[in-house]
Amino acid sequence: MINLFEVNETNKMIEQENLDVRTITIGISLLDCIDANIDTLCQNIYHKITSVAEHLVETGENIEKKYGIPIVNKRISVTPIGLIGASVCQSTDDFVKIAKTLDRCAKKVGVNFIGGYSAIVSKGMTPAEKLLIQSIPQAMKETELVCSSVNVGSTKTGINMDAVKLIGEIIKETAELTKKQDSIGCAKFVVFCNAPDDNPFMAGAFHGVSEADAIINVGVSGPGVVRKAIQTAKGKDFGELCEIVKKTAFKITRVGQLVAREASAALNIPFGIIDLSLAPTPAVGDSIADCLTEMGLERVGAPGTTAALAILNDQVKKGGVMASSYVGGLSGAFIPVSEDQGMIDAVEAGALTLEKLEAMTCVCSVGLDMIAIPGKTSAKTISGIIADEMAIGMINQKTTAVRIIPVIGKDVGEKVEFGGLLGYAPIMPVNPFSCDEFIDRGGRIPAPIHSFKN
Amino acid sequence: MEKAIITVVGRDQVGIIAHVCQFLSKANINILDISQTILDGYFNMMMIVDMSLAKESFSDVCDQLEDLGNHIGVYIKLQHEDIFNKMHRI
Repeated sequence: MINLFEVNETNKMIEQENLDVRTITIGISLLDCIDANIDTLCQNIYHKITSVAEHLVETGENIEKKYGIPIVNKRISVTPIGLIGASVCQSTDDFVKIAKTLDRCAKKVGVNFIGGYSAIVSKGMTPAEKLLIQSIPQAMKETELVCSSVNVGSTKTGINMDAVKLIGEIIKETAELTKKQDSIGCAKFVVFCNAPDDNPFMAGAFHGVSEADAIINVGVSGPGVVRKAIQTAKGKDFGELCEIVKKTAFKITRVGQLVAREASAALNIPFGIIDLSLAPTPAVGDSIADCLTEMGLERVGAPGTTAALAILNDQVKKGGVMASSYVGGLSGAFIPVSEDQGMIDAVEAGALTLEKLEAMTCVCSVGLDMIAIPGKTSAKTISGIIADEMAIGMINQKTTAVRIIPVIGKDVGEKVEFGGLLGYAPIMPVNPFSCDEFIDRGGRIPAPIHSFKN
Repeated sequence: MEKAIITVVGRDQVGIIAHVCQFLSKANINILDISQTILDGYFNMMMIVDMSLAKESFSDVCDQLEDLGNHIGVYIKLQHEDIFNKMHRI
């Protein structure tokens, strides 16, 4: 039978160490909404999303109460709109119309975000997908809760450098259009290599075409709990350190699994996956950076940081896989800058640079995330940063992503405030040397040799 | 049987258990087990209860226990036992 010690341990995790379930995300297929008329398409989308997700928020709140654990976000992901709008969208305005419909759906059902304003163009772009990408700046400006993503490469296909070049320009344009709110439009847009079909986390969530009509995916969290556990391993060797992180990840994931099963039963929608990602928040102590410093680093960015992150990421996976039979999404440690107080402090102390962050992304689950750079950074330099990150993903057969914000009108030494879960960020310096000629080549980087496994 | 865990934490005083037990009796919730200790001067109690015959919904009982806690100056929380079983048992 459960004892007082175990009950106290769980409740201490929830009340003092910020343990929560980060998100319940319903993936909804919009393939059956496709129509030859844009207005009918939008009506179909509205009807489908608002009926499938009608009880999501209420169900989430009931589960929170039943187990006494916060479920921070309730979200929706949909089939990439680049596919859904292909037969009917003749202009960027048509796509923006769909974006606005998604925004209305999100507000109607009361979710925090809706993802899937997306295109999968890892090998090439259809005319519709190109239009969707070109509509992103306007869509991000005119909607509040819509998140957008573009997959520009994969290990199997190589990297679509035409798309990478275009995305650099799109990010700049999005920053310009939302400059009054510190270019926040860019915080809702992410570019991927090897994007998973079942990611519940924003801004990159979309409902892949390999998925069922509707599915429940759950993202767990808990860097604060992991940090506290690492604290108990002070001075112990790596074997013991790993064991402690692994056990903690197991406990966290089991809670996610419980919530996912419960939500699935209550909503009568099949359970998809648990995403094991450790996702930080700006709350004090709820930080991946703090987990790393707790291992013995003075600051994140110090030599040893990449090794420490590799340990953390691997042990989280090992503990999590034991706790849930279906693991998917991104599953690892997130290292966003603006959403993690420890990261912000490291940047401000001069310990952490863009280049070190890039190295860290080789061993963690995603990539360059929520990084503010000077507004004057050129579109081609941004494309260069994206190309580097995509190459890491392609060669290492892992997901990588870039969510970068060129803050118009601000420069190194200044700060930008996004608010809420997005936090604030110091503007980071970017390498000033040019990559223009490289980006201008265009075309496609071929798939790497180790992708030919057939 | 629908088992739930009630935890009560707060400054020790006369009648905490009495208040909680009285409430549970009225709500038709059966107590299966109680363990209690004083930790650093703080009252710390865990009850395992059976909610299957409770007169009101889980969520309403949650709210009422919270109100009772506010009234007597302690922190009371009701949770379904599954969260602890899942976390601490393989």
